[in-house]
Amino acid sequence: MNDMTNNEGMPEQIIEAGSSAPKAIYIHIPFCTNKCFYCDFNSYVLKDQPVMDYLRALDHEMELTVRDAPPGEIRSIFVGGGTPTVLNPQEMEFFLASIRKHFPNFAADIEFSMEANPGTTDLEKLKVMHEGGVNRVSFGVQAFQNELLSGIGRIHNTVDVYRSLENAHKAGLHNLSIDLMFGLPNQTVEMLDYSVQKALELDLPHYSIYSLKVEENTLFHTLYKKNQLPLPDEEDELKMYLLLMQRMKEAGYRQYEISNFAKPGYESRHNITYWRNEDYYGFGAGAHGYVGHQRHMNIKGVNPYVEAASSRLPRLEQFVVPREEAMEDFMMVGLRMLDGIRDADFEAQFAVKLEDMFGSHLRKMLEAGLLERHEDGGGYRLSEKGLLFGNEVFAEFIDTLTEPK
Amino acid sequence: MTDIKLRQQKIRNFSIIAHIDHGKSTLADRILEYTGALTSREMQEQVLDKMDLERERGITIKLQAVRLVYKADDGEEYLLNLIDTPGHVDFTYEVSRSLAACEGALLVVDAAQGIEAQTLANVYLALDNDLEILPVINKIDLPSADPERVKEEIEEVIGLDASEAVHASAKAGIGIKEILEQVVQKVPAPTGDPDQPLKALIFDSHYDPYKGVIVYVRVVDGHIKAGSKIKMMATDKVFEVIEVGAFKPRMTIVDELNVGDVGFIVAGIKHVGDTRVGDTVTDAKNPTTEPLPGYRKINPMVFCGLYPIESSDYNDLREALEKLQLNDASLSFEPETSSALGFGFRCGFLGLLHMDVIQERIEREFNIPLITTAPSVIYHVMLTNGELITIDNPSNYPEVGKIEYVEEPYVKAGIIVPNDFVGTVMELCQNKRGEFVNMEYLDTTRVTITYQIPLSEIVYDFFDQLKSSTKGYASFDYEISGYRKSNLVKMDILLNGEQVDALSFIVHREKAYHRGRVICEKLRELIPRQMFEVPIQASVGTKIIARETVKAMRKNVLAKCYGGDISRKRKLLEKQKEGKKRMKQVGSVEVPQEAFMAVLKIDDK
Repeated sequence: MNDMTNNEGMPEQIIEAGSSAPKAIYIHIPFCTNKCFYCDFNSYVLKDQPVMDYLRALDHEMELTVRDAPPGEIRSIFVGGGTPTVLNPQEMEFFLASIRKHFPNFAADIEFSMEANPGTTDLEKLKVMHEGGVNRVSFGVQAFQNELLSGIGRIHNTVDVYRSLENAHKAGLHNLSIDLMFGLPNQTVEMLDYSVQKALELDLPHYSIYSLKVEENTLFHTLYKKNQLPLPDEEDELKMYLLLMQRMKEAGYRQYEISNFAKPGYESRHNITYWRNEDYYGFGAGAHGYVGHQRHMNIKGVNPYVEAASSRLPRLEQFVVPREEAMEDFMMVGLRMLDGIRDADFEAQFAVKLEDMFGSHLRKMLEAGLLERHEDGGGYRLSEKGLLFGNEVFAEFIDTLTEPK
Repeated sequence: MTDIKLRQQKIRNFSIIAHIDHGKSTLADRILEYTGALTSREMQEQVLDKMDLERERGITIKLQAVRLVYKADDGEEYLLNLIDTPGHVDFTYEVSRSLAACEGALLVVDAAQGIEAQTLANVYLALDNDLEILPVINKIDLPSADPERVKEEIEEVIGLDASEAVHASAKAGIGIKEILEQVVQKVPAPTGDPDQPLKALIFDSHYDPYKGVIVYVRVVDGHIKAGSKIKMMATDKVFEVIEVGAFKPRMTIVDELNVGDVGFIVAGIKHVGDTRVGDTVTDAKNPTTEPLPGYRKINPMVFCGLYPIESSDYNDLREALEKLQLNDASLSFEPETSSALGFGFRCGFLGLLHMDVIQERIEREFNIPLITTAPSVIYHVMLTNGELITIDNPSNYPEVGKIEYVEEPYVKAGIIVPNDFVGTVMELCQNKRGEFVNMEYLDTTRVTITYQIPLSEIVYDFFDQLKSSTKGYASFDYEISGYRKSNLVKMDILLNGEQVDALSFIVHREKAYHRGRVICEKLRELIPRQMFEVPIQASVGTKIIARETVKAMRKNVLAKCYGGDISRKRKLLEKQKEGKKRMKQVGSVEVPQEAFMAVLKIDDK
């Protein structure tokens, strides 16, 4: 692993290794008003954090980056966190302007998403966001029962949800998505069904519905270890998943990824970049990027990031992804999409035939009934059963061309 | 007297006998330090226990030798060869090897705990070898130390004079000089004639990829140096000596090895089979007529199947076993096939610890992931046609209709324990089908309990249970006492309806039902959920006596994978996959390594 501690020698490397200029940008805002019990993302409670210093550091990181690796026409931007909407309107304006400054070349139909928490989005801020170019907002709603919300450490309630969505519409933001979660402590199948119904009543173009995963270094993990986390049993968790998929289908949404549903044409372009294993810039503390066959992760802490970014690219680590590993990644992320992967796309990225690299593994998965061929024979996707056992499929392709790390 | 004779008078060869944890390795380290064989800066804790495994477990498995120079109070310099010995009952063979190369032994006894059963066994071995035994009471700085009681015990139990026993603390460096003085004064110099033809005992060897087999010897008569031609008396093979050396403690080349010396020989020996531990090395041109007595060859008593998880590792596994056998004549192996596990080896061991150690060494040093089947003893089966066969693998057990009777090996087990635990120990032995022989008081608080117990019961978790039920106070030793008729049956295990030969085991009929039930429960815990339901059944003959079910896994898919997750999720999947690699596909079921040893983990109540 190549630990980059200064940026000497970096620029040429990136440009040479790159096949094409990135068209997608991820920016991390690591601040939150509080920490949710299940969250293991890089986030810091806002109070007393050097927000403006951070935004200036971001500005500098973008500046250094585009100097070294100039962008293509930007097709998607995703601002995640943390909670980006904890920025006050002035900070938000500065932040969005700085993006625009370094990336003036937006595609006409750019998808510019920002994550938001209900309760941190008043009308004024939403207007600033809209004026600054944001055209899609993804709200972390999680559930429509206040008792469940407080049980997972969320500070908003259902009233905040409705008000936030209303404000978004007022501000001219109509391409909206909400996140829901299932498998929460004390959640029943009926409660999940109710949340899904309430969500569908909002008639939004996009929904993400995630199964809760207890991650290490979270309050939930501690409770789980002590056997104090009343999670639904696996049977109920499965019922929830099957039920929500059915409800979304009935309501006319297409499931295009394991946890994502959209009306036709509203699939998240940015996220599809990841699943197609395509390049993206990653800015901000703890952010990951994938540019020109190199993955990097930035320094995680806010102050160390700010300090590093003032003089150089604030990398924690950076390494070239070997071609074989990239092929495995292509399978691992590509098969998450319900359309799966196309032989032709694989060949276009790697100039070898999919069959030659993974033939026996593909056949094994077909025989196990976890994968199926596209009707035209030009690709593979998860079967109905494979959707439930995705990890079995993804793992099948990992460490077949490479050694485990 | 010639120089060589004079030098011979200044050699002392000794080893250390001690129970596990009584401080042998620490004492060895202190002796090395004291004699300046290593400076403290060079000292790595417990130098003699070279293998990681030994350091982790705090035991010595592979014996080591080291040459020290000690300037005694009489003003003379002495050459001391310290030969390390293993402390565990399984390694009696190794102990007898090192003792045969010595004239004396330090008997190290913990000042708080007193004599333990295994120490006793090794002391008797040393007495058999006519060794001068020097008692050392170690850990005298412990608050609970009671050296006077321990000395009495040594005198009463072993019949040794303990009046001059050194009070020592290896940890605190107390008594080291006194010990060395006693070694010099009391351990006899080696006898042997420098003018006779070469006679040297091979007590160990190891394989070096560059130099070939390196032979560890103790020179009894004559001398040996580079350029001379030597002959291995058992194999009649002749080699030219390339170099000779001593352990200082690092292997160091010297000009020659003389009478009484302990050292090594490099002679371009390529084949493991050409040197045998216990064999005598002599001069090829001027050979001795009489080889040295060699060792009592100990036969393996516990057998199990070793299978590579990856069938492509089969040849590597054979090579690993061959290399280990080079240093461990008590290890036996021959190819066998299992319908569940494929190609592997039936291996024979001295006992369970030996088995564990070999398995771990293969996995660590040779990097071959293994599946070990449950250990079995050797059964004598008399067939109805009058033929007597021996069975060391349950899957070869004949059909019930063809069996006249079956005999199983018994051991005489001696257990030393504080008298508060007598009831507990007797209950345990009774549960293990033991037959009480007698009980003797060692002193006012400790007793030796003797039982006749089937070896198969010892092989299962007897030792662990003994330790846990006596809070670690019991020590235990056993020797084979013969075969007895027994009412035994073979139990088969079926996974998903298919019999898994590698899981079969032989059990006493009265215990069959209980064992069957418990092993099914254990397997249910050990076998991870699969994408379908897996029934587990135990059967005797065609009769199913127990059943459990591993429920099907219902869902296994990561909900989120975005840009920042890719490396992390990849690692997670890698981990999941690594876990699977350590499992064996048996029919349609993925079975983890531990499951094949599940029968050992049963707690008989």
